[in-house]
Amino acid sequence: MPPISISTRAPGAFEDVADDAPLPVAGAVIVSARRLAAERDGVFARNDAVGVVLESHESPMQLPPEDLQRLSLVVLMFPKFRDGRGFSWARMLRTRLGFRGEIRARGHFLRDQIFFMARCGIDSLEGDLRITAEAVSDALATFTHVYQPAADGRRSVVLARHG
Amino acid sequence: MRVVHPQILTAWRLDDGEAVYRGAGGWVRALEDATPFTGIEAAKAALEAAEADVAARVIVGPYLFDAAVERGVIRPLSARELIRAKGPTVRLDLGKQAAHLPARG
Amino acid sequence: MYRYDEFDARMVRERVAEFSGQVARRLAGELSEDEFKPLRLMNGLYLQLHAYMLRVAIPYGTLSSRQMRRLADIARRYDRGYGHFTTRQNIQFNWPKLADVPAILDALAEVEMHAIQTSGNCIRNVTADHFAGAAADEVEDPRILSEIIRQWSTFHPEFSFLPRKFKIAVTGSPQDRAAIRVHDIGIACIRNAAGEAGYQVFAGGGQGRTPMLAHCVGDFVSRDDILAFLEAVMRVYNEEGRRDNMYKARIKILVHQLGADEMRRRVEAEFAEIKAQGALHLPHAEYQRILSYFAPPPFADLPAVSATEGAARARDGAFAAFVAQNIFPHKVPGYASVSISLKPIGGIPGDADAAQMDAVAEIAARYSFDEIRVTHEQNLVLPHVRRDDLYAVWQALSAAGLATANIGLVTDIIACPGLDYCDLANARSISIAQDISTRFADPARQRDLGELKIKISGCINACGHHHVGHIGILGVDKKGVEHYQISLGGSAAEDASLGEIVGPAVTADSVADAIETIVDVYRAHRTGGERLLDTYRRVGAQPFKERLHAAHQH
Repeated sequence: MPPISISTRAPGAFEDVADDAPLPVAGAVIVSARRLAAERDGVFARNDAVGVVLESHESPMQLPPEDLQRLSLVVLMFPKFRDGRGFSWARMLRTRLGFRGEIRARGHFLRDQIFFMARCGIDSLEGDLRITAEAVSDALATFTHVYQPAADGRRSVVLARHG
Repeated sequence: MRVVHPQILTAWRLDDGEAVYRGAGGWVRALEDATPFTGIEAAKAALEAAEADVAARVIVGPYLFDAAVERGVIRPLSARELIRAKGPTVRLDLGKQAAHLPARG
Repeated sequence: MYRYDEFDARMVRERVAEFSGQVARRLAGELSEDEFKPLRLMNGLYLQLHAYMLRVAIPYGTLSSRQMRRLADIARRYDRGYGHFTTRQNIQFNWPKLADVPAILDALAEVEMHAIQTSGNCIRNVTADHFAGAAADEVEDPRILSEIIRQWSTFHPEFSFLPRKFKIAVTGSPQDRAAIRVHDIGIACIRNAAGEAGYQVFAGGGQGRTPMLAHCVGDFVSRDDILAFLEAVMRVYNEEGRRDNMYKARIKILVHQLGADEMRRRVEAEFAEIKAQGALHLPHAEYQRILSYFAPPPFADLPAVSATEGAARARDGAFAAFVAQNIFPHKVPGYASVSISLKPIGGIPGDADAAQMDAVAEIAARYSFDEIRVTHEQNLVLPHVRRDDLYAVWQALSAAGLATANIGLVTDIIACPGLDYCDLANARSISIAQDISTRFADPARQRDLGELKIKISGCINACGHHHVGHIGILGVDKKGVEHYQISLGGSAAEDASLGEIVGPAVTADSVADAIETIVDVYRAHRTGGERLLDTYRRVGAQPFKERLHAAHQH
C-alpha cells in the first residue's frame, strides 16, 4: 500500500533496504538506524534521498545532528496503536530538532489517531489501515480549536483568547 | 488427571452489554437455557464459531467458563459467573434476576 | 465555577460528533471491537459484568445544580434511575445502551459536561480538594490550576496513547484532602520564602498492584512554568515508561526504577528545553481569566456564631449529631460546608438515586449558591451554606434520606463497585461494606470510635483505595471463593502511608468480626483521644496481628 499524505506534503517514493541487502544503484532508500550509523558514508554517498526507520523505542534525539540534516525522511514505527511514543518522537523531530523532511508513521494505528499525528508533525501514513482520502480529510477536521501547542504551529485557544 | 468441567459459552450483546449464553440455535439471556458442552473439542469449536457472530455484530468477547450440571441444572463454579448470571447481589431489582419485575421509570 | 466559552463548547460538541461517528461505524461493522474499544474507553464507556458503564467526568468534583439535575434526568431516561459517585470525583451510570450513548453525551454537552478521557491511557479527570474555595487553610483554590490542567490535557496530541492511565490531583491546602501522594502527579499549591505563589510537584504515586508514594520532582514551580513542567514529566513518561507489560507501565514503576533523583534530573532537563522554547508559558491573562470563574460567591456579612443554629442544636439531638459530624468550618464567618453522606447504614456506598440527585440540586440552588462537590470518598458537599440555614438544609436532606451523620466515621466506608458490577473484580466489596456498616450502626459507638477510614477494593486495581485506608480490605479469589485481606495503617492525607497486611485472608462472613477484633485492640490500647490510625502507628501491627490470629482460630 502506498503511503497516504496527512499533511500538505506529498509522500516521497522510497525503497526499504534490509540491513543485509546491498543498496540499490539508484533511487531513494530507507535504511535502519543501525545501518545508517554503521555505513553512513556509503549511504549518503549515493546522490539519492535517504530515509531512516526508527523502532518505537529508538529516539530521534540519538541520531547525530549531521545525519539528521541530510535525511529526507524519518519513518517512525508504530508496532501497536497503543504505543504512543511516535507522537513524542515526531514532535521532537519537528520542533526541537528542526527536521524539515518528511515524517512518516508506519505500522498499526487507528484512523482516529490521525488528527493527533498531524498535530505532532507526521506527514504520511503507511500501514494496514483501510483509509480513503476522504476519511483523512474528515479526520483532520475533527476539531476546529486546540487547547495546547504541538508541532503544527496552530495557535491554542489559550492564546486565541487573549489576542 | 485434570478434571474437565462442562463448559458454558458466554459473551456480551453488543447493543446493550447484557450477558448472553450459547443455547440451542442461538444466544440466550438466561443461563438455564444454555447448552453445556461436555467435551473440550466441542467447546472450542463453538468458541471459534462464535467469531461469526462477533463479525455480525451480535456479540462481543465470547469465552468459556466452567460449570457443574446436576440433574439438568447448570451451576457456574465461580462467584463471578454466578453473579453475572443473575445481576448485582446488592440490587435484586436489577439485572436478569429482575426480569419479571416492571422496569423502573 | 468555570463556564465554557465558545471554544470549550465547540470542542465538546465536536468530540460528541466524533464519537457518534465511531458508534455508527461500530454498529455498521466498519470498526471491529478491537478497534472500537480504545475509542470508547477514551469516551468513558466500559463493558462491565451486566452491561455497559458510562463514566461521566465531573472536573475536580465541582458541579452546579443544573448539571446535577441533568445527571438525574439521564439516570431516569437512559439508565435505571441511579448513579454511582466514584473515588475520582466522577459519576458512573451502569446500564446505558450503546446506541443511546451519543444522545447521553449530547444531553451532557448541553450542560457543559462530558465523558472525555475518563478512561483510556491518557490524562484522566484532575481531582482536587472538595472544600476548595471554602477551607480556611487554603493557600490557593486548587480548582484554578485543575481547570488549567484540564484544558491543556484535553485531546493532547502527544499524550493520548501513554503507556498507561495517568491521574493528577491538586491540593490547595497543607492538609491534603486530595490524596496527592498516591497519584501519578500530585500537586500542592504553596508559597515560597518570598511569599510568591507556586506549586510543589510530586510524581510516581499510585495504588494497585505495587502501591507507592509519590516523590517530589519539583520543589517550587512558578505559575508561569507549571504547564511546561508538567509537559516535561509527561514527555519523560511517554518516552520511557514501559510498553511491554501493562502491570509495570505506570509512572510509579519508572520513578522507582530510575530513582527519584534521576527522575528529577530528567524532568528538569526536559523542562529547561520546553521553557526555553516558550510555547507553554502560561499567560498571566489566562490565569486571571480562569481565576475569575472561581471568584467567591457574594457572601453575606454574618456573625461567626448563628443563634438559629445554636437553638436548633439544643432542641434537636439528631440535628446536633449531624452538625458535630458532617459540618466543616468555612473561611467566611457565619458559613459552613455541609457534607452529604452517601453511606446510609447498610446502603450502597456512593450511590444516589435520581430523586436524591434532584433533592441535592434543589438544596444547593437554594442554600449553597448553586454549587455541589463530589468527594474522593464518594460523598457530596454543599460548600457554602449559611450556618443560619443549617437546620433547614438538614431537614431537607433528611427528607431525601441524605442526612446520615457519619462523615469520617466507621460507617463512612469507601467501596468500589466490586464483583457485583465490575468485570475486573475478584470479590464483592459492596456487601462487605454493608455488613460492616450494619454491624457498627449504633451512633454512640461510631462516635466513640472516632475517625476511622475503611476502604474496600474488590481487586488489586485498588479503585476502593484500600492501600490508604486506616483499615484496608482487599477482595481476592482463593479457588473460586471470595476472600478478604485486611491491612492497617494507610493514610491518604498529608501524612500519607501505605497499609500493612495483618493476617491471612478471611472469608466474607468473617470480615465484620475481624473489624470488631481490630476495633477491640484499638480501644484497649488507645490513649488521649487517638484515632485508630494513631494507635496503630504508636503500638505497631503486633497487638492487632496477635488478636486476629487468636480470633481466627475459633
